[in-house]
Amino acid sequence: MVSIQNIKTTTQQPDSLGRFGKFGGKYVPETLMPALAELETAYQQYRHDPNFQTQLQNLLRDYVGRPSPLYFAERLTKHYARPDGTGAQIYLKREDLNHTGAHKINNALAQALLAKRMGKQRIIAETGAGQHGVATATVCALFGLKCVIYMGIHDMERQALNVFRMKLMGAEVRPVEAGTGTLKDATSEAIRDWVTNVETTHYILGSVAGPHPYPMMVRDFHAVIGQETRAQCQEKWGGLPDILLACVGGGSNAIGLFHEFMDESAVRMIGVEAAGEGVDTQKHAATLTRGQVGVLHGAMSYLLQDDDGQIIEAHSISAGLDYPGVGPEHSYLKDLGRAEYYSVTDEQSLEAFQKLSQLEGIIPALETAHAIAYLEILCPQLDGNPKIVINCSGRGDKDVQTVAKILNH
Amino acid sequence: MTSISDSFQTLRDRQQCALIPFITAGDPNLETTAEALRILDRNGADFIELGVPYSDPLADGPVIQAAATRALQRGTKLEQVLQMLQTVSPSLKAPIILFTYYNPILHRGIKTFLTQIAAAGVRGLVVPDLPLEEAAQLIQTAASFNIEVILLVAPTSSQDRIIAIARQSQGFIYLVSVTGVTGIRSQIQDRVKHLITDLRSVTDKPIGVGFGISGAEQAHQIREWGADAVIVGSAFVKRLAQSTPTEGLQAVEQLCRELKTAITPASLQQVGAAK
Repeated sequence: MVSIQNIKTTTQQPDSLGRFGKFGGKYVPETLMPALAELETAYQQYRHDPNFQTQLQNLLRDYVGRPSPLYFAERLTKHYARPDGTGAQIYLKREDLNHTGAHKINNALAQALLAKRMGKQRIIAETGAGQHGVATATVCALFGLKCVIYMGIHDMERQALNVFRMKLMGAEVRPVEAGTGTLKDATSEAIRDWVTNVETTHYILGSVAGPHPYPMMVRDFHAVIGQETRAQCQEKWGGLPDILLACVGGGSNAIGLFHEFMDESAVRMIGVEAAGEGVDTQKHAATLTRGQVGVLHGAMSYLLQDDDGQIIEAHSISAGLDYPGVGPEHSYLKDLGRAEYYSVTDEQSLEAFQKLSQLEGIIPALETAHAIAYLEILCPQLDGNPKIVINCSGRGDKDVQTVAKILNH
Repeated sequence: MTSISDSFQTLRDRQQCALIPFITAGDPNLETTAEALRILDRNGADFIELGVPYSDPLADGPVIQAAATRALQRGTKLEQVLQMLQTVSPSLKAPIILFTYYNPILHRGIKTFLTQIAAAGVRGLVVPDLPLEEAAQLIQTAASFNIEVILLVAPTSSQDRIIAIARQSQGFIYLVSVTGVTGIRSQIQDRVKHLITDLRSVTDKPIGVGFGISGAEQAHQIREWGADAVIVGSAFVKRLAQSTPTEGLQAVEQLCRELKTAITPASLQQVGAAK
């Protein structure tokens, strides 16, 4: 029998090869192995270093604007209430109120601080929706670091506003034409740059994906989301949330919310993937729903791949979810049964995008709208008055034009 | 068929430096790939590295990446590559080394994959995204198929890693000459010289130097520095892609001869001529 203590240990800390169960690891060219070891050493050193932590906490408070509020979404709650008034109590963890408009800044800020301490003056990053790119460009401006952002040409089109923001803050945005010009291709290109410039450059990977130690490190830098949520739940009703709900592309905002509650067996965790035009079509990004185990961008995880082991291009209306892989810890949580993963379509997320805007005056990112959309399916299944915390991972300013185009047609 | 190790031993006995050309399977098409293999074999290749096209080739530069993309767009599948090899490899003197990323191996299952490539006549395997830490299972299983798994050492590898990699690598040690992806470089860094010396101090196994070598002068330099093999990829791939398959094959033949001459000592060239 596996003891609870054992589950906790394996669940929360990858093993010496950086694996969560069989997922994770380091599948990268030899050139990068020393850099990953250097990063791991630096991370282990500074994660408990009081000076580093003080500087990070101060910046999270004064620059990012943390803690982000836990907001009771009263009109959304009423919308899903039963005729007798019972139903889910819906709260939004307002990561959209962070500086730069998404949770991504938590990780970008912490990694930039780490890079500075490691003596790296050049930063590279990949971005899909542009939120991670903007966050990285922001922290590079803050610390005076040279910044290069890789972005697929298709994503540059649909996220033109974020491209402009990155450039405004002094970053160079390098268009990636390979593949379908989306997040997967931008990530591959960023890794190639890193292989070439590894001695001077730190790669601020933007999700809980990639080779070890990134999935663990990025998760830890986002764990603040769940930690604040716990304290805020305690303050508001003196207990725990019943359900945590978040969208999953690579999975950083979801794991940031989940991590704190991993050992609270009473807390359900639900990740929502992008079903695009439907999981039975060729155009979706539902990796955990439809993927098979494989290796992409340095880690073993569930992947969208064809019968030849080639990576399939993903599709989602949301550039940030348009990724054929997923963080290895999510694959582990899925197999373990600790977290549940479902998917919603482009159309469902568009409805949710409008619904949250109209009911709460909050325009969510299209990524976030996927999590919101799942309420439609989830709420009718629930009894009583469970408390749901949804990670409102980003704001939708960047997506307004995309949505306007679709709705006007 | 002889192993990579045995072939290297023969070359060493003759004090010869090996030439290892690389081409991408299926670019521009598999018929041309088959013909290129025969041409390389006839014109001085001691081993031939054949790249399996992959959707996300993290260790490759623009030339090989583009070749892989073209091959995939034509619908090239590993099974077709292996069918072609099965037909061609019996007539080749040069042992075939397959260059593939890990996911296509994992997807088939290690044993199935090894069974398939062994049947196609493959003798060695280079998996650029499978570092030492992840390679043990593949190395062990490959041994029972008489396939040697060649590991890579990079300029960034620490002394400890170099020793461990040298111990585990089979056939030869693939020394990556630049910090970076594959591709043509105008100059080969002096650093390579020191890397070869460092590696030589910890291993007796043959050392093959690759990444960034494109011309005769560079190849000659690498041999002078004491390498056992020179690996040239992008320069061949580029030639095959430049014009029609016929012209591409002619260019490949010419480059192969030039490189072979550049790494063959003058005394041996005369012996060769006398024969």
